[in-house]
Amino acid sequence: MDIIISNSSQEPIYEQIVRQIKNLIMRGDLVENELLPSIRNLAKELQISVITTKRAYEELERDGYIYSVPGKGSYIAAQNKELLKEMRIKIVEGKLIEAIEAAKSIELTLDELYEMLKLFYEEVV
Amino acid sequence: MEHILEINNLNKKFREFELKDLNIKMDKGYIMGFIGPNGAGKSTTIKLIMNLLKKDSGEIKVFGMDNIIHEKEIKNRIGFVMDESHFYEELTVTETKRIISPFYKDWDDKTFNKYLKGFGISPAKRIKELSKGMKMKLSLAIALSHNAQLLIMDEPTSGLDPIVRSELLEILADLIQDENKGVFFSTHITSDLDKIADYITFINEGRIIFSASKDDILEKYGLVKGAKEILDNETKQLFVGIKENKYGFEGLAKDKHEVKKILGEKAVVEKPSLDDIMLYFTRRTLNV
Repeated sequence: MDIIISNSSQEPIYEQIVRQIKNLIMRGDLVENELLPSIRNLAKELQISVITTKRAYEELERDGYIYSVPGKGSYIAAQNKELLKEMRIKIVEGKLIEAIEAAKSIELTLDELYEMLKLFYEEVV
Repeated sequence: MEHILEINNLNKKFREFELKDLNIKMDKGYIMGFIGPNGAGKSTTIKLIMNLLKKDSGEIKVFGMDNIIHEKEIKNRIGFVMDESHFYEELTVTETKRIISPFYKDWDDKTFNKYLKGFGISPAKRIKELSKGMKMKLSLAIALSHNAQLLIMDEPTSGLDPIVRSELLEILADLIQDENKGVFFSTHITSDLDKIADYITFINEGRIIFSASKDDILEKYGLVKGAKEILDNETKQLFVGIKENKYGFEGLAKDKHEVKKILGEKAVVEKPSLDDIMLYFTRRTLNV
């Protein structure tokens, strides 16, 4: 699990953690019932305050991404499979839109773009 | 939950300086940074907690117990590090330990030796042969070797290089892996706290300016830069303090969200450091 914290970002640190853990869940890097590092350990590793990681975990728990077992720790919650897939599709859509915008800015046609997409789709494992 | 440290309406008057109505509450499991400029009252407060000074009025509770009535019991559970070494210069590290350890009920030689080794301090060295950083680490090793639950430190990082300071911060982060322990330390080097402190208590001229979670503080205040023309009597009220220069101004906003709402695109809002916050609060009292 990689979490990268930027101290110069305007985004509060707890939000950076929440966003990145959500992404890891959506991408399937963190799966149901996987144990997360403890609040204190994560704070120590990231060199941030315990309150910050605590707030991040509370937010994730409130939104149903994780659940905590008193005395044991926090685990990844069961995700709604449909919802998860929908979210992943949204990610693909976002990236496609980005590609289309880039293509339009250099006046590639839809056919050209489609050819490219087909080529890469077959190439990438 | 019982507070690991609780100060209620503490007062102490000297001829030219006064601690006025101090209130601090700290929970176990966290690190609290105690900041303020030189002469603000940090050391006086710590000396009052340790009962090295007599208070005029108010209440100090450590582990939920009165700090004078239960002084002995409390001090057995406190690790105390002062800004300067108070060991006998001529004695060796081992001799120093032999003098200090009998004072503590739960002294643990094994832990002490582990810290010495980790810090690279040779037990046979004389105190006077140790560098300033080494002396601080020795103080810390002693403070951590009697199963202390509360670590109180007065300016532990002053005069230390950034490497030793960063090592100290790692030790503190390690310590609070145990959620029953707490750390309270004063410093005027706020960059040490920007990262790991959970709570910040800011004292100036003997009064507490604020005592809150660091995240809330850094979330609330904003460092604002903009053209001087946007400053009028009304917008000036949004700031703790303002510094004007030839080409514009910089100020600390009391509430960055409000400033964003009112000034919008006309000003740049940045995240302040604790240094910025300390600077503007103390500058204001200078200017008025």
